[in-house]
Parts: sequence; structure tokens; C-alpha cells
Amino acid sequence: MSAEILRATASELGERIARRELTAVEVTTAFLDQIERVDDDVKAFLHVDRAWSLDQARVVDARLDAGEKLGPLAGVPIAVKDIFCTQGVPTTCGSKILEGWLPPYNATVIDRVRNAGLVMIGKANMDEFAMGSSTENSAFQVTGNPWDLERIPGGSGGGSSAALASFQAPLALGTDTGGSIRQPAAVTATVGVKPTYGGTSRYGVIAMASSLDQPGPCARTVLDAALLHEVICGHDPMDSTSIDAPVPAVVDAARSGDVRGLRIGVVKELGGNGYAPGVEQRFREALDVLKAQGAEIVEVSCPHFKYGLGAYYLIMPSEVSSNLARFDAMRYGLRVGDDGVNTVEDVMRLTRGAGFGDEVKRRIIIGTYALSSGYYDAYYGSAQKVRRLIAEDFDAAFTQVDVLVSPSTPTTAFKQGERTADPLAMYMSDLCTIPSNMAGNASASFPCGLAPEDGLPVGFQVMAPVLADDRLYRVGAALERGLEASWGGSLLDQLADSDAGAYLGVRTDVATPPLAEPVEASDAREI
Amino acid sequence: MALSPTDVARLARLARIELSDDELARLAPQLDVILDAVAEVSQVAGPDVVPMTHALPLTNVFRPDVVKPSLTPAQALAMAPAEEDGRFRVPRIMDEEA
Repeated sequence: MSAEILRATASELGERIARRELTAVEVTTAFLDQIERVDDDVKAFLHVDRAWSLDQARVVDARLDAGEKLGPLAGVPIAVKDIFCTQGVPTTCGSKILEGWLPPYNATVIDRVRNAGLVMIGKANMDEFAMGSSTENSAFQVTGNPWDLERIPGGSGGGSSAALASFQAPLALGTDTGGSIRQPAAVTATVGVKPTYGGTSRYGVIAMASSLDQPGPCARTVLDAALLHEVICGHDPMDSTSIDAPVPAVVDAARSGDVRGLRIGVVKELGGNGYAPGVEQRFREALDVLKAQGAEIVEVSCPHFKYGLGAYYLIMPSEVSSNLARFDAMRYGLRVGDDGVNTVEDVMRLTRGAGFGDEVKRRIIIGTYALSSGYYDAYYGSAQKVRRLIAEDFDAAFTQVDVLVSPSTPTTAFKQGERTADPLAMYMSDLCTIPSNMAGNASASFPCGLAPEDGLPVGFQVMAPVLADDRLYRVGAALERGLEASWGGSLLDQLADSDAGAYLGVRTDVATPPLAEPVEASDAREI
Repeated sequence: MALSPTDVARLARLARIELSDDELARLAPQLDVILDAVAEVSQVAGPDVVPMTHALPLTNVFRPDVVKPSLTPAQALAMAPAEEDGRFRVPRIMDEEA
């Protein structure tokens, strides 16, 4: 019973809960039990509170029993990256400076998720203030990649991606500033979407770089991501950069997956030297799958993408140095050295010295430098010009093609500790994802196979024009359908049924027969 | 271009971050490498390229000037590191000699 619930897609669970074949409490209990079973090993969650989650589930059950019509995800559990403010529930952003902080309000995205009847099952681990590509910069714990617990689950949203891939949650929320949704999705064989900038509200999301940050859905299937996308997207007056326009028809696109006649541009600059052979091989095979379904594949040049990483590592730290000035030890959070002798400046310095980790300090200092008088034009000003050139590359490309594609990240999951002493090597993980943050267009990562050399997941990135988020799902659904037909199931099914995934306790191919009603189960799968 | 430990110490002071000698020794060379790697950015764009400050074109947004529910003083103070008489208590702002 439990394995069957844990392996089901979010849309299946939502259907069965809506039909009252399953209750939100049953489903939530199954996932809470899975967290208890595996999270000592995976370490995806920073905060789990059974009573909190079960109370939410009971409320949803009562509303559904009363005949209320909630959305298609009502009663489905969701893991929440610890960057989202959750009223009265610990929110650390992976930092010691916020340890024990209870936000006085909810992020807009959190309110939307609650109104749609989703059940928050825990706060997921992340790199401190979302700065990193491995989740090793969390001040609290290092999360394992469910495919190999000694490897990284990506970052900064490694808790979210690991929770999905270890069947501890069917859905998760992430944020993407330079790839923090897409790169973790790529290395765990999950789906991650960065909506168009302004498509989802940033209100109540602890800011890293405000002109780049964007919340988005994380899921195990393309349709599940689209259903969550629809819940969290849309105009919010509380975010002055929120787009007041209709949300693209992402769910329809995910259900259709029709790519006939779609022009797909392969970005010439995102490949070659520095890309693992298995990543390039699976990427090319995925192109063939799309071609077989009627898409047209062409090569496109985006000559300024190669400067994206450098420009990003000036613009982002500049915004970081300004945004993180709010952690001043005065109104909330850690305070160190308040001994009656130290001045307010001493206390700020001591608190920030003790409360921030290395990567946060590095970025604040780089940003302070890039914005300082005499260097501003050479660094921040130049980077903003490069940002314009990248956006113009996208504009030019989208006159020729409907979407652009590339590998999501140059390599598969690396070993924990492998890049921690070399920040530049760590930054390379975001090489392919950064351009879309700079230009603000929609972008996503979909699973496209396991690299032959190490058996680890590879991600396929799709980039669509501003407000054409639906095209991501059209391509993602075509890819998922084509690839899973050849694999005989999803990559996560392969993990779940393998010896390497035995510790997850969700095998359905052997010994323990499912206890659940097989009739409903097969019904649900037709959806 | 080189960022010396002295430069890093000065920047850390500006950013109100206390760095130990160990941290300075560890971070300064890393920061120098990072800055060196991003320096090429200044060679890319000509003077005619207009800097882009934001991902999308934005216009200022106004809301009606009406009173709406907001945090109560108790809620605002609930997470304060120190509180006195319904206010945030902060360390003294002047040095002894000031």
C-alpha cells in the first residue's frame, strides 16, 4: 500500500483523493513514514513536524468530505525549500543567522499552495541563502543524492530534488537564481521548471539576487510540474515585478506533448570541451526522440552565452551584498557580542562573521568590491552590458526557432567534497542555466537518461521565450513519452526497483505485493 | 589585477563582516581567482551597448493609498533579539570617545 502511494504521481494521488479512494491523511502519513525511514540517510529535510502536516491534511479531508471542490492537487504533500517564509514554522534559508526564526507571514506561493489544498510535509535543505550548486553550503547538513548518497543532489535546491528522488515527497517548491531548480533536477532525474521572471511571486521568498530569483515547481513528472506551476503562477500585487498577464496554458501543453513542426534550436556554445561524454550522448539521443515525433532540429549560435557565467558572478554578488545587508542583528535572527560595550557596528560585524558561511561571505565581499567607487563601471556596469547582449542573443535565436535546448549542466552529480575548495569549479555547474536567469525567459530541465560511464542522471534543458512557458511543457512531455516508451518506465522507477535503490523501500517488482486496491490503481494510471 | 588580504579585510569591514586571520588567509586567494575569472567581462561590450538592469522592462507600480491590515507591534517584535518597552533594543550607536 505504502510503496504504491509513494511511487504514484502527484496527479494520480490528487485524482484518488478527489474520488475519496484515498484520504489526504493516509497519503500524508505514508510520506511522513517514508521520511522517517530514509531521511537519516538522505538528509533532505531541515524541519518535519508530523502534527503540523497531519493537521493540514485533516483540514483538506474535511473540506473535500463537505463536498468542496479544490484543485487537482488537493491533499497531495509537498516539500518546501527552506527559503519560503512559512508563518510560525521555522525558516532558516540554510543559515545559522536565521536558526530558530519563525516568520510572521507566509510567502504568496505558500498561501497559493495552501489554498489549493496541498499539504506541506517539511522544509527542505538548501545551500545557505541559495548560494551553491551542491547543497554542501547548508549550515546544517549535507544532503545525499538518492542515486548515490556520497554524491551531491545539486544545489541550491538539493533538499527538494533529493526528497523527490527518494520518494519522500511527490512535489516540491524551489527557487532558481542561476540554476537552483534546474541543476538539482538534472542530477536526480527529476523535473524542474524556472518560470518566466515575474511569472511567480517573490513575496516572502528570502531574497538572494532580486533581478534573477524566481520560484518554480519541482516534480517527478512533466504533468505534475505543470499542475503545480498552475497553482503557484499568476499576478501578485505584493511583488512589484509580478507580471499582470494570463498564465500560459502549461497543463494543456503537458497533456498534449505535440511537437510536430516545432523548431528546436541546439545552442552551439553549450557543449564540447568540459562536457561529460555521457551527458552529450544522452542529450543527442533525446534530440533524436524529439525529431522522431516531428520536431525540426537546427543548430543556433548564441555567441555571448559564454560570458554569462562571468557577468552572473558580478551581477548576482552585487545584488547579494545589498540584499543581505538586512541581516543586521537588530530586528530578528542571530545577535552576537551585545555585551553593553560593543557598538551597534561591532555587533553587526560579529554577528555576520559568526552567522554567515564561507560562500555567503565570498559573494558579499565580491559584490561590495564590484559596486565600489572606481570599480563600478569596469565590473557591475560591464556585466550589465553583457546581460543585454545575452538577452539579444535570445531574441535573435527566437526569431529562428521556437525553443532552445542544451544539456542542463555539463556533468552528472559529482562526489561530495570534490568541489568545495574550488569555488570556480563549483560555479561551472551553472554554465548552461545562467543565460535564462539573465534574460528572464522560461527554462526547464527534464530527465533524458543515465550517462553510460557512471550510470547517473542527465538533464535536458529547454529554454522558451518570455511568457511562453507552455512550450517547455510541450517539449518535456514529448521527451518523457518518447524516452519512457524506450526505457519501459521512468528513470526513478529504475532506481526504485534496483538494488542501489533498495534502501528506499519502494520496490514494486519483487516480494512485497501491493496491498492496495489494484482496480483503482490501474484506473488511476490511465489518467 | 590582484586582491590582497589587506583589500579583502577592508572590503569585509565595509560589508560589516568580521573575518578571522584564518578566514582571511583562506578567502583572499579564492576571491582573487574568482575576480580574475570574471574580469574578461569588461572586454566584451562596446560603449554603445545599453546596460540591462532587469530581466524584463518594468514600469513603476503604485497601489491605492489605503490602510490595510499589517503586523501588530507584538508580531513585529516576536523574533527580536532584544526588546524593551515595546521597541527593538539595539546596542549603543556611539563609541566611548565619541
